[in-house]
Amino acid sequence: MSQATSIIESKDLTKRYGNFTAVDKLTLTIREGEIFGLLGPNGAGKTTTILMLLGLTEPTSGMLKVCGYDPLHEAIKVKRTVGYLPERVGFYEDLTARQNLDYTAALNGLSHAEAERKIDEVLDTVGLKPKSDQLLSQFSLGMKQRLGIADVLIKNPKVAIFDEPTSGIDPEGVEQILSIILGMAKRKMSVILSSHQLHHVQRVCSRVGIMAKGHLVAEDSIENLGKATLGEGKFRIEVQAAPITEKVVQAIKHIKGIASVEVIDNVLKIGSESDVRNLIARAIIDNDSLATGMKIEEYNLEKIYLKYVKEQ
Amino acid sequence: MSGLMSVFRKELTDNLSSKRFLILLALIYLAGIATIYVVAQSIRSSVDANTQFIFIRLFTTSGEDLPFSFPFFMSLFIPIVGIALGFDAINSERSSRNLSRLLAQPIYRDAVINGKFLAGLTTITILVVSLVAIVSGMGLRMIGIPPGAEEILRIFGFIFISILYGAFWLALSILFSIVFKRTATSALFTIALWILLFFFMPFIANGIGNAMIPVNENSTLELAAKNDELTRNISRISPSTLYGETVQVLLYPEMGNPSALLMMISIYSSGLIPRPLSLLQSLLITWPQLVSLIALTAICFSVSYILFTREEIRST
Ligand SMILES: Nc1ncnc2c1ncn2[C@@H]1O[C@H](COP(=O)(O)OP(=O)(O)O)[C@@H](O)[C@H]1O
Ligand SMILES: [Mg+2]
Repeated sequence: MSQATSIIESKDLTKRYGNFTAVDKLTLTIREGEIFGLLGPNGAGKTTTILMLLGLTEPTSGMLKVCGYDPLHEAIKVKRTVGYLPERVGFYEDLTARQNLDYTAALNGLSHAEAERKIDEVLDTVGLKPKSDQLLSQFSLGMKQRLGIADVLIKNPKVAIFDEPTSGIDPEGVEQILSIILGMAKRKMSVILSSHQLHHVQRVCSRVGIMAKGHLVAEDSIENLGKATLGEGKFRIEVQAAPITEKVVQAIKHIKGIASVEVIDNVLKIGSESDVRNLIARAIIDNDSLATGMKIEEYNLEKIYLKYVKEQ
Repeated sequence: MSGLMSVFRKELTDNLSSKRFLILLALIYLAGIATIYVVAQSIRSSVDANTQFIFIRLFTTSGEDLPFSFPFFMSLFIPIVGIALGFDAINSERSSRNLSRLLAQPIYRDAVINGKFLAGLTTITILVVSLVAIVSGMGLRMIGIPPGAEEILRIFGFIFISILYGAFWLALSILFSIVFKRTATSALFTIALWILLFFFMPFIANGIGNAMIPVNENSTLELAAKNDELTRNISRISPSTLYGETVQVLLYPEMGNPSALLMMISIYSSGLIPRPLSLLQSLLITWPQLVSLIALTAICFSVSYILFTREEIRST
C-alpha cells in the first residue's frame, strides 16, 4: 500500500432523511495527492457525502475526519484547507468575474495585494484572464464552471472537491475542465471529483469509488477494478482465424504485452496491455494460418460501473 | 472576524448602489421635504412669545394641508426600508446558487446573517440621519429659530429610536428570508405582517379589550380605565405602537402620556398642572418600550440563528 497520508477518512458514515437512507455506512479513505473519482448514478448519495465532508449537512452517525478535523465541529479549519465547487455553481450576476473572486479572496482573509496577484494567477490557470472584467450575466455555463474552479483555487486548498463539474458542459468545455484538474494534481493537490459521466472520470482519476443507492460498492484503481470485472489486460481482442493451432496460440502468447489467450468456440479471446493487433496478425500468418476477422475493445468504466450498479 | 467585515462591506456596497434603495431614498427625501415645507409654514403662523420647544415642533406639527406629521411619516416608511433591505437576504443567495459557495468559505454562518444585518442597519442609519439633517436644516432656514440643547438631545433620541425601529423590521425580514425559500413569498409575508401590525393592531387590540372588559356609557371610570390599559398593552405587541409611544414622549414633552402611569408621574412631579417632562423623565418613561423593541429584535435574531446554523445547504 501507498505510504501517503490520508486526507479523508470515514467509517460507517450514514445520513438518513426520515426513513430514507441517502448514505449508508460509508467507509472510505482518500490519500494525499490522488484524484479520486466518486461515481454513481443520480441519487446515489454523492452530493450528500460531499456535503457531510464540508459540514454543510450533519451526518446521522459514523466517524468522519477531513485533514484530521471533524467537519461539523471544526468547520472553519476544514473550510480553510478544502475547496468546494458545488453542483451547478452560481455567482453574483451583477458583478464581474474579478469582483466575484475578490469577494471570495476577502472571505478567505487575503490582503488586497495578495488577492490581486492570486486572482490574476487563477484566472490565467482556468483560461479566463481575457474575460476577467466581464459581468457574470454574460458567462456561459462552461465559463462559469471554470470560474468556479478558479474560485476554489483562490484559497490554495490542499483538497479540492468538485461536484459534477462536467455535467451539462459541451465537449470542448469538458476537455478544458479535465485538463485544469490534471494540472492541479501535478501541483500536489488532492482532488475529489464526483460524476455520473464515467468517461470523464476515467480520463483523470487514479482511483474511483462507485456508489449506488447510498452504498459504496467498489473502491479501487480503475485498473484493478477492470481486472476484477473483465479479466486480465486493458484491451480485449477477439480474433477469428482458421485454423487455430497450438502453434498459433503459443506464438501469440509470446507477443510482448499479452496477458491472456483463450480459445472459445473457435474464437481467440486475447487480453493485452496495448493494441497489438498488427503483431497478432503477423503471428497468425507466420504460423500458416489466416485471420478472417479481428475486433478490439478497450475496457472502460462503463462496464465496471454497470456491473456494480446492477448488482445492487 | 474577517468574514463578518467582508460580508458587511459587500452588502453595504450592494445596498447603497442598488436601484431598489436609490428609488426608495429619492421617494423618502421628497416626501420628507414636502412634509417639512408644509409644517414649517404652519409653525410660523402659530408661534408666540411664550411657546416652548419651537424647533422640535417641526417634527410634531401636522400641517393644515397635510394629514400627518413627520414621526408618522417615519413610522410608515422605516418598516418599508427595513423590509426592502432584508426580505431577500438569505433566499436570494440560495436561489442564485451563491449560498453553497459562500458557506464553503472559512467563515461562520452567523457572519453572513450578522454582516447582512449590520450593512442594513448602517444603510438605515445613513437614511434616517441624513433625512433628519435635511429636515432640520430646511426647518432652521424657514422658521429661523435654532434648537435648544435639550431639543437637540431629544432629536438624537428620536434618531436612535427610529434606527432601532428599522432594526426590528430588518431582523424580522431577514428571519423571513431564511424561513421562506422564495423571495416573493418572504416579501409577501413581511408586508402582510407589517400591514397587520401597523394598520389593524389598534382595531384588534380594541376588539379584544372590549370583549374581555366590556364597557358602555354606564360603566364606572375605573372599569373604563382598565379597559383602556388592557387595550394599550395588547397593542404594544406591535412595534409600531412601541415606536409611536416612545416618539410621543420624546418629541411631545408637553403632552406625551401614553399611559395612566405616565400621567401620574407627570402630575406628581409637577403639581397639579402638567408641566413638560424633563428629558430624564422622558427617557425613564420610554425605557420599557425601548427594551421591548430591542427584545423583539433579539428574538428574530435568535430564531434566525437556530434555523440557519444547522440547516443543510444544498445547491440544487
Ligand atoms: N433533504 C432531503 N430530504 C430527503 N431526501 C433527500 C434530501 N436530499 C437528498 N435526498 C435524497 O437522497 C438521495 C441522494 O441524493 P444525492 O446525494 O443528491 O445524490 P447524487 O448527488 O448522487 O445524485 C436522493 O435519492 C435524494 O432524493
Ligand atoms: Mg449530486
